[in-house]
Amino acid sequence: MLKVLWLQSGGCGGCTQSLLCAEPRPLFEELSDAGIEFLWHPALSGESGDDALTLLEDAAEGRRDFDVLCIEGAMLRGPRGSGRFHLLAGDGRPLTDWVRRLAAWARWVLAIGSCSAFGGFSAASRDNPLEACGLQYENDEPGGLLGAGFRSGAGLPVVNVAGCPVHPGWVLDSLEKLALEGFVPDDLDALQRPLIYADQLVHHGCPRNEYYEFKASAHKPSDLGCLMENLGCKGTQAHADCNVRTWNGNGSCARGGFPCISCTEPGFEQPGHPFLETPKVAGIPIGLPTDMPKAWFVALAALSKSATPKRVRENAVADHPVVRPAIRKTGLK
Amino acid sequence: MRRIVVGPFNRVEGDLEVSLDLEDGLVVAARVNSPLFRGFEQILVGRAPQDALVVVPRICGICSVSQSAAAAAALADAASLAPTPNGRLAQHLIQATENLADHLTHFYLFFMPDFARSAYAGRPWFGAVAERFAAGRGQAGNEALPARTAFLRLMGFLAGKWPHTLALQPGGSSRAISAAERIRMLAILRQFRTFLESRLFGDDLTAVAGLESEVDLLAWAQGRAGDFPAFLAAAHDLGLERIGKASERFLSYGAYDSFAPGFWQPGQAVARFDPGQVAEDSRHAWLADSGLLPPAAGRTVVDVDKPDAYTWCKAPRYGGQVAEVGALARQVVDGHPLARDYVARHGASVTARVVARLLEIARVLPMMEAWINALVPGESFCAQGTLPEEAQGVGLVEAARGGLGHWLSVKRGRIECYQIVAPTTWNFSPRDGDGQPGPLELALVGLPAGEGALPTVQHVVRSFDPCMVCTVH
Repeated sequence: MLKVLWLQSGGCGGCTQSLLCAEPRPLFEELSDAGIEFLWHPALSGESGDDALTLLEDAAEGRRDFDVLCIEGAMLRGPRGSGRFHLLAGDGRPLTDWVRRLAAWARWVLAIGSCSAFGGFSAASRDNPLEACGLQYENDEPGGLLGAGFRSGAGLPVVNVAGCPVHPGWVLDSLEKLALEGFVPDDLDALQRPLIYADQLVHHGCPRNEYYEFKASAHKPSDLGCLMENLGCKGTQAHADCNVRTWNGNGSCARGGFPCISCTEPGFEQPGHPFLETPKVAGIPIGLPTDMPKAWFVALAALSKSATPKRVRENAVADHPVVRPAIRKTGLK
Repeated sequence: MRRIVVGPFNRVEGDLEVSLDLEDGLVVAARVNSPLFRGFEQILVGRAPQDALVVVPRICGICSVSQSAAAAAALADAASLAPTPNGRLAQHLIQATENLADHLTHFYLFFMPDFARSAYAGRPWFGAVAERFAAGRGQAGNEALPARTAFLRLMGFLAGKWPHTLALQPGGSSRAISAAERIRMLAILRQFRTFLESRLFGDDLTAVAGLESEVDLLAWAQGRAGDFPAFLAAAHDLGLERIGKASERFLSYGAYDSFAPGFWQPGQAVARFDPGQVAEDSRHAWLADSGLLPPAAGRTVVDVDKPDAYTWCKAPRYGGQVAEVGALARQVVDGHPLARDYVARHGASVTARVVARLLEIARVLPMMEAWINALVPGESFCAQGTLPEEAQGVGLVEAARGGLGHWLSVKRGRIECYQIVAPTTWNFSPRDGDGQPGPLELALVGLPAGEGALPTVQHVVRSFDPCMVCTVH
């Protein structure tokens, strides 16, 4: 069995809540059939108090085997490097000390969510008084709690399953790949995110694609149009497969009528502009699609705007289709 | 006297430590410590007001939507904007989906596994309950999780995703529901109802919602197959209806335009809820102390070396008094006879809190069906408005765990101040400037604890369904 030890610190617990939404099979069955078990998980295990502390101490001293250390939430190093913003309950030692000790014994260390990967929202207040950081990154700078040179027992850096929150599939696929064959460096992107989900853009599979093609843009929340030009959507730049995997059945941010805020990227929490507004220079969005020459984008946008069909133009600024697709009387050719 | 420190409490949301003073094996005083600090109020200051809709859900992964709803309500208040009828129904549906999913998670994953502890090995119900509810192994989890997941598919339609949606807007919702989706959502509710009626209750929801007293409830549960009846059998055997009494004052902000707001105390009629009575005190928190302040005037400034401080949690008070919030408070304030009867007989208790949560599931699911029926696809889901450059707003909602308030002030188009009073901040509050203990601190006094004691303390703590990450926002 692949034994997983899971701890939470400076975060909201939402990555665990999201994981519980795994489907189609119940999480516990899915994991146990794949040969994965939780040695301890703060929200799911039976052991409490002294039983839990004994288990953690044994693991941190190398007396109890485990394979994967999953950390959810940012590492709070403050105030003044003391770690007192999070002392483990019942124990009184900083969580940051526990994570350092446990990481030394883990074959793999997984940062679950953008807080433990890069610092996330915990690191977002001015001057970062919490001294929050990720396991191996502080924002987009390598380092973090464990240091840029850290390698787990299997020789890998921290695997950043980034997202705010993570999709349950990103965690399950990562754990199941570990159980099956492990990760090698080529399985990760330049920010150490698993390519399992980070080799796509949120834009891929976006149901607003027709509006994007014609630059038929939404102007206000609930409009059906493309969210990129006015409402701050970063789906053409953000790495994740949200519109291919989809969330809670048929959902995603764009499907929910609101922009992608690029929550899998370091620093997403401090975009330097209001989240729901697209920053522009001379009327043109600053954040153009990844991999696309700017001049071509501007030229194509101008052309496609002038070619926008009435249906797409009018539906873009309504919250339900007001013009239906035409029916051809001659049959489809 | 001897002091013991209990923690970590797992199967609560976030990290929690309780320090207990014992005499002859019984608790004489309890102090509740929230050992994690988050700093979200500072994260909000200086940002564009609408950014609150992105930031606040990330306070909490389990009450994420409630945080969104409170921010949307505060922004709507500041902009003097009312949601459209569809928008209002969508907001109710999104909030109810989270609240009911949270009640289910609490019952199956957080609360019931404590009955599988070996300390209860001799009880007549132990074998069956331990097999069904053991943490991570029991079959109940494998049935409840898919039911929860299927139910949360409502969020895929209504909110894009859960947790951390941006769909809730001051004017309603960013996600209009189509005619086809309305039909699909009703099907999801029928599927969830089937799980509840066949597994959780062993009876139809109307029958459960119609129970009027403890006597009725116990008679109804006698010999009935179902997880709620199984809980009642164990809880009654252990006398948990007499354990966990706290402040005996209940506060509810009112929910879904259906559950009434108010403040209840023994022997008095429900008092009208007055937001002006809410104030917070930081006497025993590692935060700068400025006495009892209304949230709109409150500040959160770290003071890590403060003497006599023992938590990161402030102490909210209503008219200076300690108050309990949550499903029991909502149902007592709203006047449901079953909740009122439990409280009249025994005061608040472990059993009453769990009963109130499950009662609420039985009451709210039919409301959700009615709200979906009332949606009019094609009509607006989101009213538009403009937020003034200078404005104040208050957003008060009911999360699964109780009343949640956001107090916002906007100056020169930016957030000047943002204060949050979360449900578990009420329930797990420390002592205030007058030395009054918080609800959990009261509820633990007199209980057996320490080596060899039954896990009664664990039941009482979890009966509040604490959310520590919200508490220490």
